[in-house]
Amino acid sequence: MTDEETIQAELVARFPFMRDKVRVQRPRRVWAEVGQDHFAEVFGCLAREMRFTMLSAITGLDQGETLGLIYHLARENGLVLSLATGVPKAQPVVQTVTPLFACADVYEREVADLLGFQVQGLPQGPRYPLPDGWPAGQYPLRKDWKPESLGDAKAEKGGPTSG
Amino acid sequence: MADVIRIPIGPQHPALKEPANFMLTLGGEKILEAGVRLGYNHRGIEKACEQRTYIQDLYLLERICGICSHSHSTCFVQAVEEIAALEVPKRAAYLRTLVAELERIHSHLLWLGVAGHEVGFDTLLMYTWRDREVVMDLLAALTGNRVNYGLNTIGGVRRDVTPEQKEKILQGMDILEERTRYYIQIATQETTLIQRLSGVGLLNHEDALRLGAVGPTARASAVDRDLRRDDPYAAYREVSFKVITDNHNDVYGRTLVRVGELMECYGIIRQLLKQMPDGPIAVKAPRKIPAGEALSRYEAPRGEDVHYVKADGTDKPERVKVRAPTLANVQVVAHMLKNRYLADMPIIIAAIDPCFSCTDRLISVAQADDRRADVMTWGQLRDYSIAWYRRRGVDFSGLNRTFRKGGA
Repeated sequence: MTDEETIQAELVARFPFMRDKVRVQRPRRVWAEVGQDHFAEVFGCLAREMRFTMLSAITGLDQGETLGLIYHLARENGLVLSLATGVPKAQPVVQTVTPLFACADVYEREVADLLGFQVQGLPQGPRYPLPDGWPAGQYPLRKDWKPESLGDAKAEKGGPTSG
Repeated sequence: MADVIRIPIGPQHPALKEPANFMLTLGGEKILEAGVRLGYNHRGIEKACEQRTYIQDLYLLERICGICSHSHSTCFVQAVEEIAALEVPKRAAYLRTLVAELERIHSHLLWLGVAGHEVGFDTLLMYTWRDREVVMDLLAALTGNRVNYGLNTIGGVRRDVTPEQKEKILQGMDILEERTRYYIQIATQETTLIQRLSGVGLLNHEDALRLGAVGPTARASAVDRDLRRDDPYAAYREVSFKVITDNHNDVYGRTLVRVGELMECYGIIRQLLKQMPDGPIAVKAPRKIPAGEALSRYEAPRGEDVHYVKADGTDKPERVKVRAPTLANVQVVAHMLKNRYLADMPIIIAAIDPCFSCTDRLISVAQADDRRADVMTWGQLRDYSIAWYRRRGVDFSGLNRTFRKGGA
């Protein structure tokens, strides 16, 4: 059995609800999906017990009714497991993973700024990457957002035109 | 006890080569606390990618960075090719790797110069940047450009290498190898440099892992990680090289790692040129990419570059996500600055090699039939500078002789 298949089997053995939710795309690339209700335990297990010691990136996605997050977790040997999860767009609340990965700080601020995730437990700090004067409720990576929406928001606020 | 004051460094500051803001809390000359604010270079490229075709995105993403442009373009194209199940011809993989390593040489020599400059050793800056012209000329000859090479296309590469170019590259590698040996000698024997860099910007092994450092920054803290070996792409499976690590954990260690990596680059390039198979350099790619997703990783000169691409069956991607190495490393900087002196800040920041654009061209391109008199060639410019100094009683012509003999 390859490394990838072992990970697949181990995940399903530990979490029966992950059956059919783990796929091996190619050598060193495993993809998995988990609902928010089980996210913390699966993510914690991968980080603490299954040797996924690096968080390479967090991808945020606008999937229509839901907002998606993909945590790209890597092992030192080059294997990456991308763990996808989703939350309703109306209430896009997720818990921070910074207690496990300090580097997640800026990745989580990025999805908060660009897609409007509310990341609970993230320590106080500067926003990233949008400017300080960026209007509230404007999330540029959402599919329905257009640069023109920014003009409208500023006009409503009557604020300055430069950020 | 000195008063505690807070000062902002940046976003625009002479010590920074790119806009970033470091909010420092100082107790006298010592940095007690450092906060980093980024985003001043955010250009909305990920959003822009969703509105453009895959081929347009390839060129757009290449322009994320003025130095590791080939890194981003290759990282993206690999993800697209994986989704489209395209088998890139072997020769194309070799050519991608060739330009990748030439780019690493260009980037590391550039860094060595910046590092020299930041510690007041400007002679090192002048030397390394002069030597860097060897590799810039090779890249320009191979791809038509010093940066933003436009080499990649979906399914392969756009330009082949000729036997004459191969010969030129090999000559260039010999010159650069000799020069790099000299830099290694400086880095290991020049006490002023060693003392200035040692113990500065400390990052121990555990913190490097915990804070997610990547590339030479991590490798200088004894993190034995290099995607070219661990997650091989392009033609890296077919060449042998050492992953350079060091356990000094400081700016000095990061210098040793980079000069060590330069030596490996020359070896990799010689193997690539020797083993490069004949054959096509690209396969035909569909305009529309089938639905799917892929994660591509690439060992850029500064560390792990990550691209995630999601396709929805159209000619435009549904989502493109980029995590450049500096974003991972800049978080480590705040940690490295703590309890250091303010005067160490420029070199600590420079030591992670943050990305900035360097696209200015020294030699103007003029049509052969429209050559203006004020356009100088590299040789003319060099002769001019030697004459300029000679008029002031300094003779550099002897110093340049070895270099000229090498065929520059």
